[in-house]
Amino acid sequence: MADVTLRKVIKRYDDVEAVRGIDLDIADHEFVVLVGPSGCGKSTTLRMIAGLEDITDGDIMIGGDVVNDVPPKDRDIAMVFQNYALYPHMTVAENMSFGLRLKRYPKAEIKTRIDEAARMLDIVELVDRKPKQLSGGQRQRVAMGRAIVRNPKVFLFDEPLSNLDAKLRVQMRIEIKKVHQKVRTTTVYVTHDQVEAMTLADRVVVMNHGRIEQIGTPNDLYHNPATRFVAGFIGSPAMNFVPCRLEDAAGKLHIRLTDRLAFPLPPNRAARYQGVPRNEKLLLGIRPEHITEAKAHPEPGIEAFEVVLDVTEPMGMETLIYFTLEGAQICGRVNPNAGAHDGGPLRLAVDLNNMHLLNEVTGVVL
Amino acid sequence: MADVAFQQNRAASAGNVRKRSSLRSALKRKSTAAFLMTLPLILLISLLVIYPAFYSLHLATLNKSMQRFVGLANFQFLFKRETFWLVVEQSCIFAITAVIFKALIGFIVAHFVHNIPAKGQRKWRGMLLVPWVIPPAMSTLAWLWLFDPSYSAFNYTLSFFGIGPIPWTGDAGWARFSVILVNIWYGAPFFMIMYLASLKSVPEQLYEAAAIDGANWWQRIWYVTLPMMRNIIAITTLFSLIVTFANFDIVRVLTSGGPLDRTHIFATWAFRVGIEGGDIPLGASVSLFMFPILAIAAIFILRDINKRGNES
Amino acid sequence: MASTAVIDKAAPTRPVKYGSMSRDRAWALRWSYFFLMLFAIFSLLPPIYMLITSLKSSAEISAATNPWWVLHPTLENYIGLLTSNQFLTFFRNSALVSIFVVTITMLISVPAAFALARMRFWGSATLATGVFLTYLIPDTLLFLPLFKMFAAVGDLTGIQLINRWYVLLIVYPTLTVPFCTWIMIGYFASIPKELDEAAIIDGASWFQTLTRIFIPVALPGLIAATIFAFTVSWAQFLYPMVFTTSTDQLVLPVGIITTLIKGDVFNWGQIMTGALLGAAPPLIIYAFLMDYYIAGLTAGATKG
Repeated sequence: MADVTLRKVIKRYDDVEAVRGIDLDIADHEFVVLVGPSGCGKSTTLRMIAGLEDITDGDIMIGGDVVNDVPPKDRDIAMVFQNYALYPHMTVAENMSFGLRLKRYPKAEIKTRIDEAARMLDIVELVDRKPKQLSGGQRQRVAMGRAIVRNPKVFLFDEPLSNLDAKLRVQMRIEIKKVHQKVRTTTVYVTHDQVEAMTLADRVVVMNHGRIEQIGTPNDLYHNPATRFVAGFIGSPAMNFVPCRLEDAAGKLHIRLTDRLAFPLPPNRAARYQGVPRNEKLLLGIRPEHITEAKAHPEPGIEAFEVVLDVTEPMGMETLIYFTLEGAQICGRVNPNAGAHDGGPLRLAVDLNNMHLLNEVTGVVL
Repeated sequence: MADVAFQQNRAASAGNVRKRSSLRSALKRKSTAAFLMTLPLILLISLLVIYPAFYSLHLATLNKSMQRFVGLANFQFLFKRETFWLVVEQSCIFAITAVIFKALIGFIVAHFVHNIPAKGQRKWRGMLLVPWVIPPAMSTLAWLWLFDPSYSAFNYTLSFFGIGPIPWTGDAGWARFSVILVNIWYGAPFFMIMYLASLKSVPEQLYEAAAIDGANWWQRIWYVTLPMMRNIIAITTLFSLIVTFANFDIVRVLTSGGPLDRTHIFATWAFRVGIEGGDIPLGASVSLFMFPILAIAAIFILRDINKRGNES
Repeated sequence: MASTAVIDKAAPTRPVKYGSMSRDRAWALRWSYFFLMLFAIFSLLPPIYMLITSLKSSAEISAATNPWWVLHPTLENYIGLLTSNQFLTFFRNSALVSIFVVTITMLISVPAAFALARMRFWGSATLATGVFLTYLIPDTLLFLPLFKMFAAVGDLTGIQLINRWYVLLIVYPTLTVPFCTWIMIGYFASIPKELDEAAIIDGASWFQTLTRIFIPVALPGLIAATIFAFTVSWAQFLYPMVFTTSTDQLVLPVGIITTLIKGDVFNWGQIMTGALLGAAPPLIIYAFLMDYYIAGLTAGATKG
């Protein structure tokens, strides 16, 4: 068990900078998820921690020791790959014990560890099978078993669930969380799926273009995104962005969306945005769940307005509605009984207590 | 806190220094290991393939006792000999005719095998590949016996139809036909196997789509099968052209170049002149004429490899 | 079987014409079998004729009875050959040469293929292409310079190479190694990269990755390459013709042709028996390992 530290880590391939200076402290026992779109450098970062890629500059420390030059086998890490990378010619037990056998562990010790891991992952009856005879979910468990028996300082997961179907993915997600609760090994987990990131992580690291956009707990990222990228990446359906500007009217700070549509800001938001120049181009960021059908009794900070819907998507417990505002497509979530139908009018309410205001040019959340 | 930061800095800078040097040495170690692993291969190829290939160029410029440099005299001598032009002619006839028929028969047979239910394919494929498996020197002996002037089993059979006796290896024209026939018999299975593998890799949906578009059997072959197999047809033909051009075993065993040198090809004549006749430089000059076809093939294959490299 | 094939092909396109399409297919199938039968007879004729003749006595052969039928089957040709020291020497030489060549080939080409497929180094791509081109240079282009080279080695060092069976151990690898390396590169390259990364993290060295992961996983390719190397060295005819002359140094194909064919006296019964025995080892291997044999044959061109 150990903490992992990255200091100004840079990875350059020829002329391309894949990772552009990453600083990250991962505490002992922590489960950290690196998330971002493909090509954002998250996998490269993980592979540098594993030692599968040289680092161009900076330092990586595991358990306080700089491991920049330490070969993977001496870093005391275990890795679970996207396509499992099980040795096809070995049985499950042989797959799991390969690393231990190379290190010449005593047979009895190897057997105990395999039994323990197999029980934990519920694959006891599979240990004598070859990977070919296993289903995707079972292979995933074996790959995790191979990591567990090594009892390493750090677990590294490289998009381990992306080859599974949706249902199995949910199940294995819970499985991984359970295993981590039991073994408490420091874990770095890479995924492009923000749901996976939110559900698994103690802390999520959002990466984009080789840089860290934001680090935080799942709730923190959801409610207080730092940039437009994070705001748009976390949450599904994604946050809506509408061009807007601030304006003073009748002694109150208003947010103007279109010529006909402007809302007064609730007091706490008004105070926060007081210093923003009035003519600056801004974006209103608002999550779909904060655009709902209008209630009979108005509440503070919740403003009603009329729209004509483009499309509706009934989901059962709610209905997703889509309409257009200033060229931007907006999504909202309304009660199935709110009377929304394709092309029909609907009176909506927007909860400005949960709004975000972004600089349109820099993408920074104000 | 300050202390920790200081230590981290020191660790970091020390790490940088160590990393630079050990990284380089690690890379060096890895490529040294890789080089050592390929060294036997490199030695083998350079000493026993590349060096002799160039050495034969040198040999071709020496006189018979290999003591005097004679320039292009060997080639001048060859160009004046009628036998040499016979060999050139026969080599081309032999290689081109044989390859065309091998490719054609291979293509047809592959289709027949592909047509029948999958369960029986293995058995037929197994039987049809037998000619390729038997060492050609051995199987040509059987052909020699089948073509025997007095006991030919073919002539025995044909006599019932009032045909023959045919001088299979005795007459120049028939002997040329015979060596080509044996070469086709030996080489067609190779084409068959290659085409069959490539036929199986054509996705079934393409044929279904073509059938829905109203293509008949012939159009499906022309517009689906052939374009999909173009690469494999080209490379197999090229391979076979090289191998057939350089053939030795079949001609040597069946006719030894006779009658009257009419079936000699480059390899057998080079052997006759160089080893049996003891004139190694002249033999080397003869075998060098196989080089142009090799060079052309190499260019095509290199282009193909580069293209595939670019695609991936 | 036939009717299910029909349903697959014809039903989706023209359900109306189902009946006639099915009849067409049935005829196509009958023609396929007819022509396959013809080609199979053509293919198997020489080996079958070898077998027929090998069972005849010389008296029966010279009596010119029906060549396709054995009146008085006898094993005298087999007994004659298998008790002849000379023939057994040929067989031993062939076996020794083939086994050694297969071993040498594998020792050279497997590590080289691993290095070329996985450990990129300066010039590795060029070398891989070069290996393939070398495979195209035929034996008939090289036998004269090689003969001269070996003669020169004998003159310079006193090590006699010409007319010794072991000289073949030096030259045969030039025929087997390039192709075997090439197909092993193909097999190794098809192993997913994650597999060696997993092995590295498990603590395997490069050598252990090769022996404990790559070789077992690419075993089918290894078998195919072994079969190829064996059949090539067993069948090779030109090099032993050039490099060996004494009867105790000859390998089987050359031995049969030079010793059993004496002047105009052809003992065809023995020749066919010898040819059949010479063809037997590759045929037996082929019968048992046909799929590997075919895999090796097609791998060279399709994996390139």
